[in-house]
Amino acid sequence: MSIFGEVPQADPVAVFKLTADFREDQSPNKVNLGVGAYRTDDCQPWVLPVVRKVEKIIAEDHSLNHEYLPILGLPEFRSSASKIALGADSPAIRENRVGAVQCLGGTGALKIGAEFLRRWYNGTDNTKTPVYVSAPTWENHNAVFSNSGFEDIRPYKYWDGEKRGLDLAGLLGDLESAPDHSIFVLHACAHNPTGTDPTQDQWKKIADIMKRKNLFAFFDSAYQGFASGNLDQDAWAVRYFMSHGFELFCAQSFSKNFGLYNERVGNLTVVAKDQDNLNHVLSQMEKIVRITWSNPPSQGARLVAITLNSPELFAEWKDNVKTMADRVLLMRAQLKDKLKSLGTPGTWEHITEQIGMFSFTGLNPKQVEYMIKEKHVYLMASGRINMCGLTSKNIDYVAESIHEAVTRVQ
Amino acid sequence: MALLTSSKILTSIGAQAPALGALQLRASSWWSEVQMGPPDPILGVTEAFKRDTNPKKMNLGVGAYRDDQGKPYVLSCVHKAEAQIAAKKLDKEYLPIGGLADFSKACAQLALGPDNEVLKSGRSITVQTISGTGSLRVGANFVSRFHNAARDVYLPKPSWGNHTPIFRDAGIQLKAYTYYDPKTCGFDFKGALDDISKIPEKSLIVLHACAHNPTGVDPRPEQWKEMAAVIKKRNLLVFFDMAYQGFASGDIDRDAWAVRYFIEQGHNVILSQSFAKNMGLYGERVGGFTVVCKDAEEAKRVESQLKILIRPIYSNPPMNGARIASTILNTPELYKEWLEEVKGMADRIIRMREMLVSNLKKEGSTHNWQHVIDQIGMFCFTGLKPEQVERLTKEFSIYMTKDGRISVAGVTSGNVGYLAHAIHAVTK
Repeated sequence: MSIFGEVPQADPVAVFKLTADFREDQSPNKVNLGVGAYRTDDCQPWVLPVVRKVEKIIAEDHSLNHEYLPILGLPEFRSSASKIALGADSPAIRENRVGAVQCLGGTGALKIGAEFLRRWYNGTDNTKTPVYVSAPTWENHNAVFSNSGFEDIRPYKYWDGEKRGLDLAGLLGDLESAPDHSIFVLHACAHNPTGTDPTQDQWKKIADIMKRKNLFAFFDSAYQGFASGNLDQDAWAVRYFMSHGFELFCAQSFSKNFGLYNERVGNLTVVAKDQDNLNHVLSQMEKIVRITWSNPPSQGARLVAITLNSPELFAEWKDNVKTMADRVLLMRAQLKDKLKSLGTPGTWEHITEQIGMFSFTGLNPKQVEYMIKEKHVYLMASGRINMCGLTSKNIDYVAESIHEAVTRVQ
Repeated sequence: MALLTSSKILTSIGAQAPALGALQLRASSWWSEVQMGPPDPILGVTEAFKRDTNPKKMNLGVGAYRDDQGKPYVLSCVHKAEAQIAAKKLDKEYLPIGGLADFSKACAQLALGPDNEVLKSGRSITVQTISGTGSLRVGANFVSRFHNAARDVYLPKPSWGNHTPIFRDAGIQLKAYTYYDPKTCGFDFKGALDDISKIPEKSLIVLHACAHNPTGVDPRPEQWKEMAAVIKKRNLLVFFDMAYQGFASGDIDRDAWAVRYFIEQGHNVILSQSFAKNMGLYGERVGGFTVVCKDAEEAKRVESQLKILIRPIYSNPPMNGARIASTILNTPELYKEWLEEVKGMADRIIRMREMLVSNLKKEGSTHNWQHVIDQIGMFCFTGLKPEQVERLTKEFSIYMTKDGRISVAGVTSGNVGYLAHAIHAVTK
């Protein structure tokens, strides 16, 4: 009798199953608009030129070895990564109240932040503290927080399916009615999956309520630079909160903006009220890290640190990032134009109004099924497409497929 | 902004007018009640060592291999593998949740032997993990979630310090079985069997596959056999922690013997492997977690649940180290070179043990130091007491953990004399 006799088969993670199905598809027309990774116009993964350069630098530096990093990670990575998020001239950094934990990608940063909050946020047992995630949100947010012990994970209104934009009134209403001290997971920019971000004025309204009600701001920043092409612009919301006295967490990912997906490069930036508080927080995070992965992987962090700390390489990196963002913007513009010229019913302004890698097309599950089964165009059941999967070669076919789906399937 | 700048005023007002104290609370930090966490005992030793300015200082704390010059050692096969990988100009796309398939397969083969019936029948699943710690973490969480029986884990007394908080955080109760005999600085075989024979059925028992950490004391094969029988009788779930395969005796098959024997005897074990030490890939975080199942169908179900567990922790594992390890394990010339290098590391450790004992004798020590030679692997449980350890640190700048554990890897032919002298000074 096996001890694991009762283990049920789990459903595969949707986005990876999509890619697996895509791989098996034999159709010559197939297009993968699923998983969020950048693709070139030839639909190839793109290792940033600056990354290849720095890899060579690392390989040729014989003073480097494979020794353990400190538990909290590579110091020069942590500090330079935080500067990217908060700005090099950030007063909080100058005041020595900013710290960071190098983590395994953005997921790992969310994990460590969640585990810390459950233990220490508002009293020493936050299992009942409500955690709010946007409706919809990245599908892993829920599991990260629930697996960290939070029992009450709630949606806050975000996407208005009717008008295909931000449901501001709903969002503000949910902030108002949230119990004080609730935790809110905010997408710093390029909201995943909708691509719809609050405007600066809307962020101000959000911040006002959060301050008044002592709601905790946990930013998820996976696309800085990738959204608008400009690092500072994409960090506006985080910096606004920081400069308005919030203590906050920012889970940073360098998977997309550095193209370092499989090296798992992430940073949990912590903004505290003062240095003492910061040190206490970091010491407790250290304990959490030690029982999760002991210390983080060195390769990716070294790469990013070297790049960010060299003026030339930093400039080259910003350029690489802009290349990616610009291609996405081009695909957005072209897809919208093609749908308009096809006369596809509905409004398609949201394709260019949305920002970042993803677009919430507005296609319903039946239409999505049509796209996949009949047209071999793979996208998430939510109607989310990865703009990076579009190329000059397939954009006509995709536009036509969307047109068919919308006109033939209700 | 207003709240921040006026907090000073509010603080002083709060002292005079308690009603306004509530406002003060709102302006204060979320983290005021967060206690300062204690420094990690093992890694804390290295921090203290770094601050010491004594030129004779020795770091015998954390278990990382050093060559005879006291320097970190990057294996030649690792260099070669890295060059091969760089030439391929691979992309950086996400790995699957379970990691690099070539790595996981080779990882399992290394532990179980390539001809193992378990691998042939497909009745096991191996996932790539964040080195040994990540493997234990995933394992503890998996058992906690799916083991349909007892909730207790039995660790040997003593065990690696990090085992306890890992299992505790997974919601598993910690218990212990007798293991180390401080009187002999060896294995308390009878004590272990006695305790194990009383462990409630279906409990989880942790066994160090080889080179027990922190004592360096391993059971002999005949002893393993008896333990396997008792554990079988008690119907316990065996969790092997194998962080030193190859590193202990210098022979990867010999070091994996216990794991393979248990499986042969019908134990469906779960296993954590680390490549931190035996490939020197510490900071690359290379490890594996294996579940030996009843059959291939069960293995598929288990695999699907492991992925569900891993995804909300870190999504998918890092490529670099796994790619290096996979290249070495799957390229015959590199594999051969690796086996030689791992033996080289193990041999140096064994030589240092012998030199330490002979130097202690030369110093005139009358104590029995045989255990230093009998123990195996990176660590040696010297038998030194906390006061003696403290003196070693304060008077001689020799750093080790309070339990008297030294990392023999930190000993060189250049400093073994100094070490012997110091140990003799605090024990005579």
